[in-house]
Amino acid sequence: MAHYIIDALAMLGMSYVMGFLFYGFYRQFNARVQRRWGPSVFQNFFDNMKFLFKTETIIHGPMFFFGPMIIFAGAVTTVLFVPYLKDSNWLQGFSHSGNLILIIYLLVVGPLGNALAVGSSGNPFGVMGVTRGLTRLMGLEVPFLLGLALVMVQHETASVHAIMAAQTDFAHWNLMTNPIAFIVMILPFMASQHASPFDVVGAPVEVYAGPRVEFSGRLLGVLMTQNMMMTVAKLVLIADLFLGGATTIWALIAKTFALFLLTAAVSTSFPRLRTEQTVDFFWKIPLGLGVIGVIATVWFPWS
Amino acid sequence: MYHHEHCEGFQCEQQQLEASLAQSGSELGALDRLMAWFRQRSLFVLAYGTGCGAIEMRPLMTSRFDAERFGIIGAATPRQADVLVISGYLAIKTLKRVIRSYEQMQAPKYVIGLGSCTINGGMYWDSYNTIKQLDHYIPVDMYVNGCMPRPEALIEGFVALQQRIAAGTPSGFERYRANIDWYKANQRRVLGDNMPPDYTYDWYHAGGVA
Repeated sequence: MAHYIIDALAMLGMSYVMGFLFYGFYRQFNARVQRRWGPSVFQNFFDNMKFLFKTETIIHGPMFFFGPMIIFAGAVTTVLFVPYLKDSNWLQGFSHSGNLILIIYLLVVGPLGNALAVGSSGNPFGVMGVTRGLTRLMGLEVPFLLGLALVMVQHETASVHAIMAAQTDFAHWNLMTNPIAFIVMILPFMASQHASPFDVVGAPVEVYAGPRVEFSGRLLGVLMTQNMMMTVAKLVLIADLFLGGATTIWALIAKTFALFLLTAAVSTSFPRLRTEQTVDFFWKIPLGLGVIGVIATVWFPWS
Repeated sequence: MYHHEHCEGFQCEQQQLEASLAQSGSELGALDRLMAWFRQRSLFVLAYGTGCGAIEMRPLMTSRFDAERFGIIGAATPRQADVLVISGYLAIKTLKRVIRSYEQMQAPKYVIGLGSCTINGGMYWDSYNTIKQLDHYIPVDMYVNGCMPRPEALIEGFVALQQRIAAGTPSGFERYRANIDWYKANQRRVLGDNMPPDYTYDWYHAGGVA
């Protein structure tokens, strides 16, 4: 029992610390690309703490308060059901009790909680942001699920542990054995991290900070915290499924950082797509590749 | 041979400006000092330009002067902003919007008056539809004088505000809350019946309970 509690706290703490350091790196990286000096690596931690220490927080009714709590609970459970390390007793959380299908369900708790909370605030900009968010979600969920399904079909299991165990060395990483699934998966993954070509939801100059327009003070602090933890959980999930998992914490940091760097590089290079362009893109390129991948995986004997 | 021992250019400037931040706030308790440190390290500025001074905010925020290295970035909505920069003259029509935006911000919140127009009316001192002293209508924490002040002056103003926050000086919002009747009377004198709605400030009367 004590093992579970310490393990869960360690996972949450590690996700939070990795989250703010990764986002701090992202801001510096962005700044250097724009020939600026950029803020400190800890800037996201400072911002988050400042919001948590605000003395005033406006609340528009009970649902407005419970929405961020639902989102936060979704992020915490996602973190706890993703195994962080391979062949280890530590940083496992409750991942032995869950599988990939449960994680798929947990990933959409956030957007739904967001919609509930923003709807009760009555702010038209917030509602506009949520509409864009759910439209984009419709576009990205289909290829995302198809990418996960490809991996599940390839290994004939839904257990993240079994998929990790099957990838023994670099040649057996799913990145090498099933590159189509990786491409199908990585694009919606970037969108779910609000990275730049697909960041129309929170576009500040267009919809006033998107769904978060009415959140302030401690509620915004909670939302920032869950966003950082969720990002790390998703990065670890992709590293587990395609990069063979990690046996040590250093390998975990290296692999998740490589994935984060890929996202950061794409998002500094490409301008923002409109909502319908995003959905068009997802339903053409990743989904088309996904269909080809399904045909290759299911029917052709050599795959 | 290139030795990177001494700071150069804007790094030097940043070090000089931040040097005094370390020892301020020594009379506060440990948690208060920590909170003050986080607050001064992270200032979100409401992206709202009232007058010609707003033109100085663009180079300040973008690559040339890069305010983000001080933790100062723009916020699109008043709910998330900490600092309201009144950039230059304030027409009476704009004053109404400024008051609403200010009251929607969440405490602790700060106001920076940019340019001479916020201090005494500046070159608009005899205009019929601008206000002369900003401090009569909303509480100002820091003035940056000049017409126009350069972005460097604005950075100095921000750093002076950061020093105040780190030292635990109460923000102007405390003054606003304490003297809400005086501020509202002043606002009513210029706005007349055209006042912003009550619900953005009525909790100040309830002592912060409502």
